[in-house]
Amino acid sequence: MLAFIIRRMMQSAGVLLAVTLIAFVMFRFVGDPVNQMVGIDTPQAEVAKIRESLGLNDPVIVQYGRFVWKALHFEFGISYQFRQPVTKLLAERMPATLELAFTAAGFALVVGILMGVYSALRRDSVVAKVFEAVSLVGVSLPTFLIGILLIYLFAVILGWLPSNGRGQVVRIGSWWTTGFLTSSGLRSLILPAITLGLFQMTLIMRLVRAEMLEVLRTDYIKFARARGLTARAINFGHALKNTLIPVITIAGLQLGSIIAFAIITETVFNWPGMGILFLQAVQNVDIPIMAAYLVMIGLIFVVINLVVDLLYGLVDPRLRMTMRR
Amino acid sequence: MTETPSFPEPVISVRNLVVEFATRRGPLRAIDGVSFTIGKGEVLGVVGESGAGKSVTGSAIIGLIDAPGRIAGGEVLLHGKRIDNLPAEEMRRLRGRKIGMIFQDPLTSLDPLFRVGDQLIETIRTHSDLSASAARERAIALLAEVGIPAPERRIDGYPHEFSGGMRQRVVIALALACEPDFVIADEPTTALDVSVQAQIIALLKRLCATRGTAVMLVTHDMGVIAEAADRVAVMYAGRIAEIGPVRDVVKHPLHPYAAGLMGAIPTLSSEADRLTQIPGAMPRLTNVPPGCAFNPRCARAFDRCCIERPEPALPSAALAAREHVASGHRVACHLYTAREDAR
Ligand SMILES: Nc1ncnc2c1ncn2[C@@H]1O[C@H](COP(=O)(O)OP(=O)(O)OP(=O)(O)O)[C@@H](O)[C@H]1O
Ligand code: SF4
Ligand SMILES: [Mg+2]
Repeated sequence: MLAFIIRRMMQSAGVLLAVTLIAFVMFRFVGDPVNQMVGIDTPQAEVAKIRESLGLNDPVIVQYGRFVWKALHFEFGISYQFRQPVTKLLAERMPATLELAFTAAGFALVVGILMGVYSALRRDSVVAKVFEAVSLVGVSLPTFLIGILLIYLFAVILGWLPSNGRGQVVRIGSWWTTGFLTSSGLRSLILPAITLGLFQMTLIMRLVRAEMLEVLRTDYIKFARARGLTARAINFGHALKNTLIPVITIAGLQLGSIIAFAIITETVFNWPGMGILFLQAVQNVDIPIMAAYLVMIGLIFVVINLVVDLLYGLVDPRLRMTMRR
Repeated sequence: MTETPSFPEPVISVRNLVVEFATRRGPLRAIDGVSFTIGKGEVLGVVGESGAGKSVTGSAIIGLIDAPGRIAGGEVLLHGKRIDNLPAEEMRRLRGRKIGMIFQDPLTSLDPLFRVGDQLIETIRTHSDLSASAARERAIALLAEVGIPAPERRIDGYPHEFSGGMRQRVVIALALACEPDFVIADEPTTALDVSVQAQIIALLKRLCATRGTAVMLVTHDMGVIAEAADRVAVMYAGRIAEIGPVRDVVKHPLHPYAAGLMGAIPTLSSEADRLTQIPGAMPRLTNVPPGCAFNPRCARAFDRCCIERPEPALPSAALAAREHVASGHRVACHLYTAREDAR
């Protein structure tokens, strides 16, 4: 088991190294970092001095090494736009994005699994047909359109929910801010979380439904019925657990893309997260922020993958055995 | 036409059972008027070629015919009480507690994600109010009884950690966990290694004999029948062609189809004990010929066979005397019915 974890960690490190390489290439060669920092009227000697002090005259491999070393310490330099450390900027925005993403993922997972299980068990019911229709909408409508429709309905027409920003936030510890503790924060979270999670929810629902139907046909379910177990024990004990293995993979990967694609939702709802920061960075060619964002998303994906693999082992004893090897 | 069972106290009686499946080409009659009883401690072997309706009969008895299938006629009685029309919840409580079932493939019968002990404990606790620790004790005892070595350790193993034969032992422990009065074993050894088949059959037979469990043993293996069954029923196209004590049916089959099946002398050791092939194929169940279902393939068919359906009956007295037919031996064939006898 330990060997498995170590091996997976090393693979993860490899992936991250590749991501930092891309980020570094972007950082170093897309635009000139120095030009961004100096004015047009800065004397040449001054520019050369800055260039030297940033180490831009060193061999590229050394520069890359330095980039990785700094990345390991969460140092990504100074933002061109804000003249502030990138890490500080990201840290300020990160809680907003992560809270939104995890709420959306939780919504997608819980509602998706419930709907999927229901439509597998009551295959021919009207409700299952409605779910099917909803899932088609969720899969085919683009995120921004869903967001705008939700805003129009619940914020503009009904006036029930806010459509802009995070509401009131509470500071926890030195840098984390949370909207979970105030009612305006929670209410602000609803529409963006649904918008962001809807696609994943329909995906999970369809996956759960298909898997569950498959599992319900297996011999061990037949045998469980022949043993007189209750429908609840069979459906939610045996069938659901067997359904969850593929769901864990998809859900894990989807969490990564939820975080990555929060950009659109954040824009629609003016959500003060990393996504908006990234978009601004792209508009203003703020390379340090873009590079840092890239590395961070890479890190999140890798961590999620690792967690998914470990979860597998938790659910499936057969895999635990192969992991041991 | 009431049957006098060779064993007293019928545990399970099936009377004129009809099972139909709704198909696009209309209703398909998978079981068409099947009747038999099984007494306490008795093993009824059921043979017949693929699609004859052996598994469907078992599913119907245990109440697990799913849509588009349904019991379209007849009745199933457990200890003389009808169970085929019970509400779903009551039927569920009979399953596992009064009626057990063992399936063909031990590799896929156990949930791969649950420890075998948890599956046993879950079954025991569903049907009794034993505490978790008492149920665990019971589970360990059951595993020991079915011959799992070191059961107090193996109880925490997962199915994939057991061999095929060991898994089938676990399946048997599960099916017998609540001491059911009746067990349906649907080809319990077909998927197993030949070397362990005999052990599993012997185990099943021993456990059921000591508990007085009635058994319906479905198999393709005449060796298994000879070894384990008291009586045997030969099924064809959803009907019983012949039923009677094993010795008689195997040694002196009356029905031409049964005679064809028994063409090879059954012994447990030889490879030739598989059912021999009869020319032709069983009719599609949507398209069973009128009269005797076997008539297109029967070498001895005569005009009456295509008009009138033969019902399982005691062979006529004169014939019974001539052919040394034991009591309780019934055959559904016009060659042996009263009219011929009258001549
Ligand atoms: N779900 C179903 N839908 C439609 N027809 C079915 C269904 N299940 C069984 N049947 C029909 O019932 C008939 C009897 O099937 P059954 O499984 O009882 O055969 P069997 O005697 O057990 O054969 P085998 O030796 O292959 O197990 C089959 O020929 C099939 O046409
Ligand atoms: S009833 Fe006729 S067709 Fe059927 S088995 Fe007997 S002789 Fe053959
Ligand atoms: Mg079968």
